[in-house]
Amino acid sequence: MIEAFVTGIGLRGPGLTGWLASRAVLAGAAPYLPGEMAKPLGDCLPATERRRATGVTRLALDVATEALGDTDPTAITSVFASSGGEVEVIHGIFEQLAGNDRRLSPTAFHNSVHNAAAGYWSIATGSRHPAESLCAYDDSFGVGLAEALLRCTDGERQVLLVAYDVPPLFPIAEFRPINQPFAVALLLDPSPSSPGQARLLGDFAAVPPMIEPMLDPALEQFRQNNPAARALPLLAAIARGAGTALSLGHGMGGSLNLRVEPCG
Amino acid sequence: MRPVAIRDYTLISALGAGRAATLEGLRTARSGLTPCDFPGADIPTWIGRVAGIEACPLPSRLTAFECRNHRLAFQALQHDGFLSAVAEAVRRHGRERIAVVIGTSTSGILETEAAYRHRDPETGRLPRDFRYPQTQNTFAAADFVRTALNLGGPTLAISTACSSSAKVFASAARMLAAGWCDAAVVGGVDSLCLTTLYGFNALSLVSDEPCRPVDRDRKGISIGEAAGFALLEHPHPGDPSPLLLGYGESADAYHMSSPHPDGLGAALAMTECLARAGLEPRGVDFTLLHGTATPANDSAEDRALSSVLGAGAPCSSIKGWTGHTLGAAGILNALIACLCLEEDFLPPSLNTLSVDPAFTSRVLLREERFTARAILSNAFGFGGSNASLLLGRAAA
Repeated sequence: MIEAFVTGIGLRGPGLTGWLASRAVLAGAAPYLPGEMAKPLGDCLPATERRRATGVTRLALDVATEALGDTDPTAITSVFASSGGEVEVIHGIFEQLAGNDRRLSPTAFHNSVHNAAAGYWSIATGSRHPAESLCAYDDSFGVGLAEALLRCTDGERQVLLVAYDVPPLFPIAEFRPINQPFAVALLLDPSPSSPGQARLLGDFAAVPPMIEPMLDPALEQFRQNNPAARALPLLAAIARGAGTALSLGHGMGGSLNLRVEPCG
Repeated sequence: MRPVAIRDYTLISALGAGRAATLEGLRTARSGLTPCDFPGADIPTWIGRVAGIEACPLPSRLTAFECRNHRLAFQALQHDGFLSAVAEAVRRHGRERIAVVIGTSTSGILETEAAYRHRDPETGRLPRDFRYPQTQNTFAAADFVRTALNLGGPTLAISTACSSSAKVFASAARMLAAGWCDAAVVGGVDSLCLTTLYGFNALSLVSDEPCRPVDRDRKGISIGEAAGFALLEHPHPGDPSPLLLGYGESADAYHMSSPHPDGLGAALAMTECLARAGLEPRGVDFTLLHGTATPANDSAEDRALSSVLGAGAPCSSIKGWTGHTLGAAGILNALIACLCLEEDFLPPSLNTLSVDPAFTSRVLLREERFTARAILSNAFGFGGSNASLLLGRAAA
């Protein structure tokens, strides 16, 4: 079992604007009201980079910034996890390559890499600590959290996990129907040195996860539809503040089994 | 860190299929680069294309995964007794105790490029047989390897552009240390596609001649394709296998597609790698450079290398043989380091005619017979993602 303490949380999705504003909904104390998600800002980036960065990257950076709070970002390792990554800019590249003029935009090309958000985050924060970028299809969140926990055991002081996925555009959307954007970030500390939201104990098991569906049907649909929203049961457990055991998909076949306990 | 044994390994690139062909190419200075003839790529450049992939379909049980990227992976897996080594590991540990960690930058997106050329003229829809999860998605590379090898341990894909398949060693080492697995198949695979050919061309980073790493007159990269796999386990006392002695990862925090000019992030990755291995800089016998042959990359790496190991550190780039194989570059370098350790030689930097006079490291222009104990292997990518690995032998 690997132990870590959640010391910061960020999230964005339709009707879910930040951790504090979403906490009651996630705890089941207030109804979930879907709505439009505000346009991501990416305002941790310098102006030039903010103009260049994609909406996907800005969304990831917004939740990262929220979870980070006042913590010194130069002391932090980050793990970014996404199924589709930069789906919008990749679609543009495919359209252009299928046409007659194949001269791509250099910015579009460097923005298309799976680790674009990770790269922009290190530029925004000035942190030279590793910025990992992972993918495990629908289990990208579970694999990202597992990697973040593993890094907590590997001499890293604090680790920031950022998971994000946005709807692909037509025509890929037909083959990968993700209907709503979602992003979540968790700041993990291997020691209980800072005030925490929850204590996590995690372990891998080579069996498919036993998923407890979200009580709210709309949130459950959301959980099933967006790989990053697979984080919702964990966020709900933290919001409720009671000890919970739960299981997340890991690598499309395995699971990350978690014990979630309140702090203090 | 506790070293990790590289129990078996295999690789394929424009240099050849399997360790023997790779070794023969390295020992005879036979470059795998050829003028670009990749379908649809009208770019005056040279590429490291693996011959015959088009004629090697996947076996019927893996047909759902059919694409160039997985074909390349599958071909690599057939060499060097790798399948037998994995089967032995399954007998020792059980299939669910073997992790799969694969690095790729573009996975099977060549399929999506083709699908976009065949959209329904009325509706704009993609062909009905387009298979997004098994080809385009980044995880497809890991899912394919896990399925092909019938393994059941923790499985993930790492995609940090050109450092991807160096970082797989670090991720697997962490899982081994945590007891989440008893062995791991790590790999890297990237295949030629129009996105990278036209993308790097848009950045003016491709050379119109075979790439000339660390040369005074270097003009950019030659894009290649490759796959490489290694089976990792805990070593036993006196283990004869090559060992992963250390790894270091860092970020440049500087620019999305240009390295920090002084290589500060690269130096940090190398320093952390040596620290994790518990090795002094003088203990490094040789460095396989990332050495892509762009003016900026090679300068930054030379500065970084000299700042960590001191001036005069012996080094080479293999890109003149294979081209820059992007997401596969990290493991290709690491496995060639294993070949150097096992075969007692250090390769020259092919196509390097006249080393950049500003460089302070010692670039090898001829092969040297040398029994190295520790070789550093670098991989750096877009987003300022850096990874260094230290490969070596057990202490006698």
